[in-house]
Amino acid sequence: MLANNRQQTSQPLLEVNDLQTHLVLGRGTLKAVDGVSFSLNRGQTLGIVGESGSGKTLTSMSIIRLLPKPSGRIVGGSIKFDGVDIVSLPEKEIAKNWRGNRISMVLQDPLTSLNPVYSIADQLGQPFRYHYKDMSRREIRDASIEMLRKVRIPAPEKRLASYPHQFSGGMRQRAVIAMAIAAKPELLIADEPTSALDVTIQIQIMDLFRKLQEETGVSIIMITHDMGVAAQLCDRVAVMYAGRIVEIGDARDIFKRPAHPYTQGLLQSIPKIGQRQKRLYAIPGQPPSLFNPPKGCRFADRCPHRMPKCDVYPPTVELESGHSAACWLLESKA
Amino acid sequence: MWTYILKRLLHGLFSIIGASLLIFVITRLTGDPVAMLLPPEATEEMVRQMRATLGLDRPIWEQYLIFASHALQGDLGMSYRWEMPALTLLLDRLPATIQLASAGLLFSISVAVPLGVLSAVYRGSWIDRVGKTLAMAGQAMPNFWVGLILILVFSVSLGWLPAYGSGTFRHLILPAIALGSYPVAAQTRIVRSSMLDVLDSDYIKMGRILGASESVLVWKYAFRNAAVPLITVLGVYFAAMLGGTFVVEVIFAWPGVGRTVVEAVFARDFPVVQAGVLFTSVVFVTVNLLVDLSYGVIDPRARVNV
Amino acid sequence: MSSVETATISAPRARLNLSAIMRLPFIPIFILSVLVICAIFGNQLAPHNPTALNLGMALKPPGWVEGGSWAYPLGTDNLGRDILSRIIAGARISVIVAIYAIIVSGGIGAVFGMMAGYFGRTVDTVIMRIVDIQMSVPALALALVLATLLRPSLSTVLIVIAITYWSWYARIVRAEVISLKQRDYVALARIAGVSTPVIFIRHLLPNIMNTLLVLATLQVGQVIIFEASLSFLGLGIQNPDVSWGLMLADARSYITVAWWAITMPGIAIMLTCLAANLFGDWMRDTFDPKRRQL
Repeated sequence: MLANNRQQTSQPLLEVNDLQTHLVLGRGTLKAVDGVSFSLNRGQTLGIVGESGSGKTLTSMSIIRLLPKPSGRIVGGSIKFDGVDIVSLPEKEIAKNWRGNRISMVLQDPLTSLNPVYSIADQLGQPFRYHYKDMSRREIRDASIEMLRKVRIPAPEKRLASYPHQFSGGMRQRAVIAMAIAAKPELLIADEPTSALDVTIQIQIMDLFRKLQEETGVSIIMITHDMGVAAQLCDRVAVMYAGRIVEIGDARDIFKRPAHPYTQGLLQSIPKIGQRQKRLYAIPGQPPSLFNPPKGCRFADRCPHRMPKCDVYPPTVELESGHSAACWLLESKA
Repeated sequence: MWTYILKRLLHGLFSIIGASLLIFVITRLTGDPVAMLLPPEATEEMVRQMRATLGLDRPIWEQYLIFASHALQGDLGMSYRWEMPALTLLLDRLPATIQLASAGLLFSISVAVPLGVLSAVYRGSWIDRVGKTLAMAGQAMPNFWVGLILILVFSVSLGWLPAYGSGTFRHLILPAIALGSYPVAAQTRIVRSSMLDVLDSDYIKMGRILGASESVLVWKYAFRNAAVPLITVLGVYFAAMLGGTFVVEVIFAWPGVGRTVVEAVFARDFPVVQAGVLFTSVVFVTVNLLVDLSYGVIDPRARVNV
Repeated sequence: MSSVETATISAPRARLNLSAIMRLPFIPIFILSVLVICAIFGNQLAPHNPTALNLGMALKPPGWVEGGSWAYPLGTDNLGRDILSRIIAGARISVIVAIYAIIVSGGIGAVFGMMAGYFGRTVDTVIMRIVDIQMSVPALALALVLATLLRPSLSTVLIVIAITYWSWYARIVRAEVISLKQRDYVALARIAGVSTPVIFIRHLLPNIMNTLLVLATLQVGQVIIFEASLSFLGLGIQNPDVSWGLMLADARSYITVAWWAITMPGIAIMLTCLAANLFGDWMRDTFDPKRRQL
């Protein structure tokens, strides 16, 4: 919710245009990301919301170029980071100059994200060793302690020598976040960073993300299946379904006036605390297979407002500034 | 952690006692121990004395205790072929065997590790297939045949390396290769499969995210984790090496325990045979114990969990 | 009660479907079949009498080398015996040893493994301790002890194999049985009062058969090499019986003049073991996908 306070620089930090990423598997080619476009300004937080299989993780993996080998490949579209199209850059270049110090990532499970046989000190030292080659050991150590302090880990000097199994779940995720931002990246992608944690810890970690953004101005892409998480933290939200973005806009607009039936369904399925509900709402049906995606609207089979028109893929309609969705229902409102 | 050490020590002790019991039982079962332990030309007097020393008129468990107490005092019988105490004889030869077994293990690891790591990193490529083939071949050849072929090629035909004896590093090369050729296959497989698991892990992904280069990822972060399963079984392979020395030492005339024991078998010098086998067991158990205890160093998690 | 006894509810096993058959390792099977045929029909197949001395023909090189003749395709040894015939004759010992090892070691190991896994507690501890002790003594060492006490012969070899290899089977079978024990049909059988031996035979055994078979085929190579080592040292098969290991021992003394005498029997061992190992891998991949190696 900081977009209003942030000075918008004219050029967006990240511009994704018609991104297509495929997974070549034994039984066919999965069109996991099938024409995704969005942009992210500096200092902003974008939430990508969707169910599993919607393509949200692979979208972020495409940005940081960590697609599964050898099946994953970007087959179309462009990803412009600070004006540079990074899709065509070679792997060595990305590893050396982009990952860690410009684009970084936090994964879902902090336990598996940390190497069990190396100390926190060694692992936290990685981004410094890779991107600040002339830092001395002492400087790296001090900087690491500073990072631990930044992620609110108490008594950081003592903790530095510990091993991952000596940390609690919440602390581990903080340590991972520290590692991810140590080299001062401009973009941080967080892939379901709280799904593996207790609810109380979730709130703390969300709070941490917010504070870190305030302090460092880092732009965040938050991937989640949880609308509540998106509501707490994001300036803008993109809703993905079956490999495409079906609705995108400012968080406030999306939550107040969800335009796409899928978004409406997602919001409806959030249990309302304080109200007794006879049954929890779940969107009936399953997403379509992406080996051979349907030609028309991909949500049509599960949509309560289905029309014959939906056999053709709907155009994207802009409802208000920055808020658009792809649905035939909106045609009249444009 | 100390409970862990204690437990392992007790377990090791138990195995040694068990091994000695096993040998003791086999001996008693298959023949007259006196006839075994004395040379054929022994006099009546010597026979009677031996009977008394062994306590052959006592119940069997007392006999074992006598045997064990003698053993603990270092008395494992007198070799009649070499005319010295069996224990002294073997202790003399032990360093040579340990040297050979270690060299063999070192050789097998130095082939298996690069082969396994490269097979995993370049999974599916020709490197992977060549590696698998080499490893399979190693597992299909008896170590003594490898030794003979090595002699044929490198000593007889090319004259580069000596075919027998010991003393210099050049003498160690062929026997070590012969000894180490067999386990390469299994070790390569272990390294490869654990590398594959590790390379798939989230923490390696995290390393990539932070901008690590492939070589740092593979050799520093991945390998350390992947090495653990291999180290787990190093003890087993050292034992295999020890077992293999019996034959390889014979081929290369290596002056170690193995060759001595084999000679003793043909000379029907039983004290040496018995002592040699006990020896091998003790060394094997000790090595395993050391490997187990070293977990604490390799894997910090083991220091807490037992 | 009888229906519980007779019904054997098996754990699902991989079926030998068409695609599995297409991936049959044809070459290993071919080699192994040749081996078995040699073992059975050796006498008819061998071009010469494997044990007949013929000093006039001693140390002839293989047929394709100058000085050799195709009457003795792989050459002769120092006593003029045809090496090809001796290799064919030696196949018999290898096959006997392999079959014996599978049946006896596998059998003993399976029984003890089932007992350890099924009864648990004291029985388990005792059996497993025995396995531990046994594994503390290298097999060859044990063989040496026995060879000193008994006369070296085929029986000695077989006894040593039995004593040594059962522990591998026991350990793995025990693990399987422990997990099988939890299954419903075992519990049902016990409640119905089915006697233990029947449970073993009717319910446990069919389900560990897969694992046993896989393990057995993987052991074949090891056992053949073991017998060759023993015979090489002079502690196993003795002249005039023929074993590949023994051939190598004989050839050792004239290694400088007759490379074929050292090479050929070794190649026979190598091909047999390769075939057995590859076949064993295929067995494991087909029948026990959990243990498959990627």
